[in-house]
Amino acid sequence: MSRLRIAFLAAALLAAAPAAAQNVVGTPTNPVQTPPRALELEMQQMLTGGRIAGRVSIPDQNAANLIQPAGRTWRDFHNVTLTWVGAIAILGVLAVLIVFYATRGRIPIEGGPSGRTIERFNLLDRSVHWMTATTFVILALSGLNLTFGRYLILPLIGPEAFATLSLWGKIAHNFLAFPFTLGIVLMFLLWVKDNIPNARDIAWFKAGGGLFGKGAHPPPAGRFNGGQKMVFWLTILGGSAVAISGYILVFPFMFTDIAGQQLAHMVHGLLSVLMIAAILAHIYIGSIGMEGAFAAMGSGQVDLNWAKEHHALWVEQEMARGRISAPPAGAAAAGD
Amino acid sequence: MARMMFLCDAERCIECNACVTACKNEHEVPWGINRRRVVTINDGKPGERSISMACMHCTDAPCAAVCPTSCFYTTADAVVLHDKDTCIGCGYCFYACPFGAPQYPRIGNFGGRGKMDKCTYCAGGPQQDNSAAEYAQYGSNRLAEGKLPLCAEMCSTKALLAGDGQIIAQIYRERVQQRGYGSGAWGWRTAYRLEVQS
Repeated sequence: MSRLRIAFLAAALLAAAPAAAQNVVGTPTNPVQTPPRALELEMQQMLTGGRIAGRVSIPDQNAANLIQPAGRTWRDFHNVTLTWVGAIAILGVLAVLIVFYATRGRIPIEGGPSGRTIERFNLLDRSVHWMTATTFVILALSGLNLTFGRYLILPLIGPEAFATLSLWGKIAHNFLAFPFTLGIVLMFLLWVKDNIPNARDIAWFKAGGGLFGKGAHPPPAGRFNGGQKMVFWLTILGGSAVAISGYILVFPFMFTDIAGQQLAHMVHGLLSVLMIAAILAHIYIGSIGMEGAFAAMGSGQVDLNWAKEHHALWVEQEMARGRISAPPAGAAAAGD
Repeated sequence: MARMMFLCDAERCIECNACVTACKNEHEVPWGINRRRVVTINDGKPGERSISMACMHCTDAPCAAVCPTSCFYTTADAVVLHDKDTCIGCGYCFYACPFGAPQYPRIGNFGGRGKMDKCTYCAGGPQQDNSAAEYAQYGSNRLAEGKLPLCAEMCSTKALLAGDGQIIAQIYRERVQQRGYGSGAWGWRTAYRLEVQS
């Protein structure tokens, strides 16, 4: 029964075929091939993240991309993901620091300042640190401005002033990338030998670095403790990744296409806000958070009691090398 | 007010690039910048189609959504324009734009981005209509003179249509109905979330 029906259908189609052919007389032959369909292609590329591209006869070959739906993903990243991750990370760290300061207060030098000092960072160390630090702060502020300025600063100062500020910010961001990168390279060369992780760092982290609870003692450490090593590697690795992704964006199309630039921006933005959050904690503990810590990068001369408390092994090394004369044990400052 | 749109009928576009040339000439667009270009897909293969593409003046424009200085605005005719005085040339609109419309003059020491330039739908910018300042920054303002974009107006095959979205969609639908085929309105789903039956 069904076979009969199929046969009948086939016969009907065959009979209809010449009639259909007559209908298309006068139609150009090119649409015989199924043309690409805008709607289907756009939906398909939207789902697969691909692009609709072809050939252009103008010199700018980047113009050969007809439609790139990935821009939507980037828009969501910039307007939603980056904004929230950045805000939560930075405000979160600030909140933690405020709570920490309120409960623990400024961490004092246990035995009080001795009045005797030991050189912790020489002029080269400090110059490299502050070159990297000042450029980092300007890079961070001008970068944050691109994500948050529109909501926070623009309504305050108006579009013209904000445009001027942002334009200078962009110029500063582009140029200061170079001294920042140089700083990353120099810091790596200067301090890597003292920043190789070892077993003492695990003990340091297990003890929470002696940061928590009054009377807690930091475990003995060499020139850099576990926490400082973490900041070092975060700066070196994070800074390098941020620098490389940044150069991809400063030189558009020199290294990669639009998809590569979108990815570079995502890496750059996410790592940057996380680094800014982490460096806030570094700034805190190096300034108001701990008595005697700022001197390390200020004058370069730290109090001997501070050094013994936080970097006992390093002090021993320095004394063994004869860089400082052995102080009287538990000496208090002369003026005390 | 009309809701201005572009529609390129790929069955009619012959890749003559006259729209590209007309645009460059009308607005004295600098060397290296193309507000409009013709892309040929399936080049040399069966089903080859050429599509003239520029800024589509999107509903919910991605460029405006991501701009750090909020320099974009939409006119009463739904044309998406930007203020070059507050643009800083960061490139964000280019990352977000599905059509690759934003263009940047290469300036400065690294050949970095200058202030963004894109199709204005021949509607100029925020400066006084048809003033010298407006022309220098954005090109001519044909819309203020009651004319439609030049690229579409001079298209020899009338492949490129500009005007109110409903009217040009109707013209396209009638064409498709009459000739029996059409590849659809390129970019309409992406730009306007609209689907033109074809």
